[in-house]
Amino acid sequence: MKIVILGAGQVGSTVAESLVSEANDITVVDVDGSRLRNLQDRLDLRTVIGSGAHPSVLVQAGIEDCDLMIAVTQSDETNLVACRLAQQLFNVPTRIARLRATDYLTNERVLGPDCFDVDLAICPEQVLTDYIVKLVEFPEALQVLEFANGKVSLVAVRAFQGGPLVGHPLKDLRKHIPSVDARIAAIFRGDSPILPEGDTVVQAGDEVFCLAATEDIRQVMRELRRTDKPVSRVMIAGGGNIGLRLARAVERDYSVKIIEYDKKRCEMLSTRLDRALVLQGDVTDEGLLETENVADMDLFVAVTNDDENNIMSCLLAKRMGARRVVALINRRSYVDLLQAGEIDIAISPAQATIGTLLAHVRRGHVTQVHSLRRGVAEALEAVVHGDRDSCRCVGRKIEEVDLPKGAAIAAIVRGDKAIMAHHDTVVQAEDHVIVFVTDKKLLPKVEKLFEVSAGFV
Amino acid sequence: MVRLFPVLDVLSVVIIMFAFAMLLPLGVSFLYDDAARHAYGKGVAATFASGAALWIATRGNRAELEPRDGFLLVALVWTVLPAFAALPLLFHIPELSLTDAYFEAVAALTTTASTVLSELDKLPHSINFWRCELQWLGGMGVIVLAVGVLPLLGVGGSQIMKAETPGPMKDTKLTPRITETAKGLWLVYAIVTLACILVFKAVGMSWFDAIVHSFSTMSLGGFSSHDASFAYFNSPAIEAVAIFFMVIAGVNFGTHFLAFRKLSFVPYRSDPEAGVYAALLAISVLGIAYFLFANQVYPSFAMALRQSAFNVVSIATTTGFSSTDYNQWPIFAPVWMLFLCCFATCSGSTGGGINMVRAELMVRQALRELMSIIHPRAYLTVKLSGQRVENNIIFAVLAFMLIWGGSVIAVTMLLAASGLDIITAFTAAIACICNTGPGLNQVGPGMTYAALSDFQTWVCTVAMLVGRLELFTLFVVVTPAFWRK
Repeated sequence: MKIVILGAGQVGSTVAESLVSEANDITVVDVDGSRLRNLQDRLDLRTVIGSGAHPSVLVQAGIEDCDLMIAVTQSDETNLVACRLAQQLFNVPTRIARLRATDYLTNERVLGPDCFDVDLAICPEQVLTDYIVKLVEFPEALQVLEFANGKVSLVAVRAFQGGPLVGHPLKDLRKHIPSVDARIAAIFRGDSPILPEGDTVVQAGDEVFCLAATEDIRQVMRELRRTDKPVSRVMIAGGGNIGLRLARAVERDYSVKIIEYDKKRCEMLSTRLDRALVLQGDVTDEGLLETENVADMDLFVAVTNDDENNIMSCLLAKRMGARRVVALINRRSYVDLLQAGEIDIAISPAQATIGTLLAHVRRGHVTQVHSLRRGVAEALEAVVHGDRDSCRCVGRKIEEVDLPKGAAIAAIVRGDKAIMAHHDTVVQAEDHVIVFVTDKKLLPKVEKLFEVSAGFV
Repeated sequence: MVRLFPVLDVLSVVIIMFAFAMLLPLGVSFLYDDAARHAYGKGVAATFASGAALWIATRGNRAELEPRDGFLLVALVWTVLPAFAALPLLFHIPELSLTDAYFEAVAALTTTASTVLSELDKLPHSINFWRCELQWLGGMGVIVLAVGVLPLLGVGGSQIMKAETPGPMKDTKLTPRITETAKGLWLVYAIVTLACILVFKAVGMSWFDAIVHSFSTMSLGGFSSHDASFAYFNSPAIEAVAIFFMVIAGVNFGTHFLAFRKLSFVPYRSDPEAGVYAALLAISVLGIAYFLFANQVYPSFAMALRQSAFNVVSIATTTGFSSTDYNQWPIFAPVWMLFLCCFATCSGSTGGGINMVRAELMVRQALRELMSIIHPRAYLTVKLSGQRVENNIIFAVLAFMLIWGGSVIAVTMLLAASGLDIITAFTAAIACICNTGPGLNQVGPGMTYAALSDFQTWVCTVAMLVGRLELFTLFVVVTPAFWRK
């Protein structure tokens, strides 16, 4: 596939990085030459210097015969103009734009064919905010993902001594909570994945991925660890885009304090926020954390745009008594270094946000892709089409579907119903299949399964 | 340096316009064939002649007004017009002193409606009409009207209007052009008044009573053509209508304007004052009704509620109608009512006092100070309907409150020093500065201001003007720096 990416910022380069490994022809456009050089040195792609909103630059980037344009520059307006140009002048079939301002999303005609003609609008900050809001709602979880419009949830939980299922084989789950249909999709022990069988024994310290209907999720988590008391106090370090969105999302239901260094930004924050308390100061200022009672916080979230600051403030908050600390960390090496240590959850923004975008790039009818464990594993949701002859899974029992080792169908959503996958469940056409892939390298094979073979239209 | 002559030039036009306003009571006089006809004839002639003379005299100095000139113009208009307005009263009632006539005119124009006249029922219709018409003109503001109909005020108009309209934040224009804003406000005011007239008529008033009482109600003035005020009608329906329109007039007319234009109630919901204002009135009405019932002032709760509803709303909205002598109520009730009149009405309404928005800002500022003691590093802002209020506005409001409090104390002291008892002095000070009208004791609802000495009357006159123009406009004109070259 020929792909043009506008913008070589954090999102742009992460997208490029993920796509380049999947055998695509990628051209990246940016106004900043040094960024592009950096990218070109690391990855096998082409770069063009210039503004993504200029037709000549787009032509130079080969927009005329590209299949997909991803406009992820810093400026919403550049992205919108580029999408419109791509549609009207160059007939690019699929156009994705990053839009930060929610104003553009309030009226659906703005992105419609008679206006800017954007196929998919993504807002990485919003995706991240949703991610963290889930963590506020489910304080026991490491990650919460929703599939099929929120009907099915996948949670990652670390098993702790004291959970009823810990030390027992998985098949006991059914005995413990007979009314709930849940499935353990995968277990990571240390760094190695274990594909769960009925007699796999859960050990304390395991990272367990379980899938269940959204309303049953809490019950399943209770099997793996004692439930914590619900979150009531949240402290947010950093009042940037994500900090502000997060504070706005949770300030109604939780007591929120937000720390920001820049005075101008503080002014803006306190205007936009109704209840949250805006504190001016350094996120690593021990005195400030002390006077604002960081010890009483149920959740401390560090979301500045500086990895080191996030890490240090989280370590400090943890040391001072905050119950759970969450840090936003861009560098992957740091993430691997820190998760499961002092910092309870390390979130890699790039990995967390590009899922929706990748879904559009993938073949087959993949509607959602979520990165798990910082991009090592993935969970994807695909719609199956066709019949027994044209598709390799329709009409077959799950045990008959030829999945590579390391991938497993975890659940099926049929209409409004979520069905946990058992070996004899039969896949039907138009089912949403949720597949858990423990190794990203297996992805192409998995995607092939859901493709409809040629001849079927 | 303030340029006196261009200001006088505009003033002359306003005076000529005012002469036309005086034609209305002249018409009423003809209609009822009452005794005051000659008084108006002479009044119109004198006013028109003065205006024309001034206009000719300042003709050569015509110039665009600057913001600073606006303060002088407003101060002049509000001190000079009552003098002309007093003319018909003086001509018709020769025994009325100059002091009392001027006081009556100021009381009308500032919508205070603290009268020195008694036996109103025996006055000619045209005199009662004139008193109420003055309130109506003063309610929305003479200058606002002038900006709306006189093109000559031009760009400076918005500055001049600011000097006259109540409220701390006057920068939000409702329309791109200030003349359109002024016209829009007056149009809404006129439409609601017309509605009020029709409803009053429908529930049983005569046409004349309906008109003068509508003028009084919509301007939150309080003059009546009857000595007994609303007790004369003794009709719950009429009282209910009056309550309804008083409450409406106490809301920002800018909000009414937006609601009219969009034909929706959304502007009221986003108005930072309207909700608190309505809630405060409702709670006070119910609370005082219960208080009166519990103290056995009235035999039934329904009776107490009726009296409480009318009198509390009337005083709280700075109107000053009464349906009973609430001076006889236990002292808490009337004091609470006077307390309400200090701040209950919204900015941009026809009501006086310090306005709800300032009270809200003060409460929020106080909470902010408290919070900053608990969280020294917190970055706190004062907000009104989601918008940040700049610190300079808060400082201006603080200064306003200080001068306001100072004025109340000064007026109280002057009145007390000249021999009034302290309750009369204090309530008269509040009632005049808030443009409410009746106070307690000697100036209570059953009494008039006629008992006051000349000196006391002048103190009250100044207090009414100071209150109507929200202190700064008048005070700035008397500072030496204002006149310095």
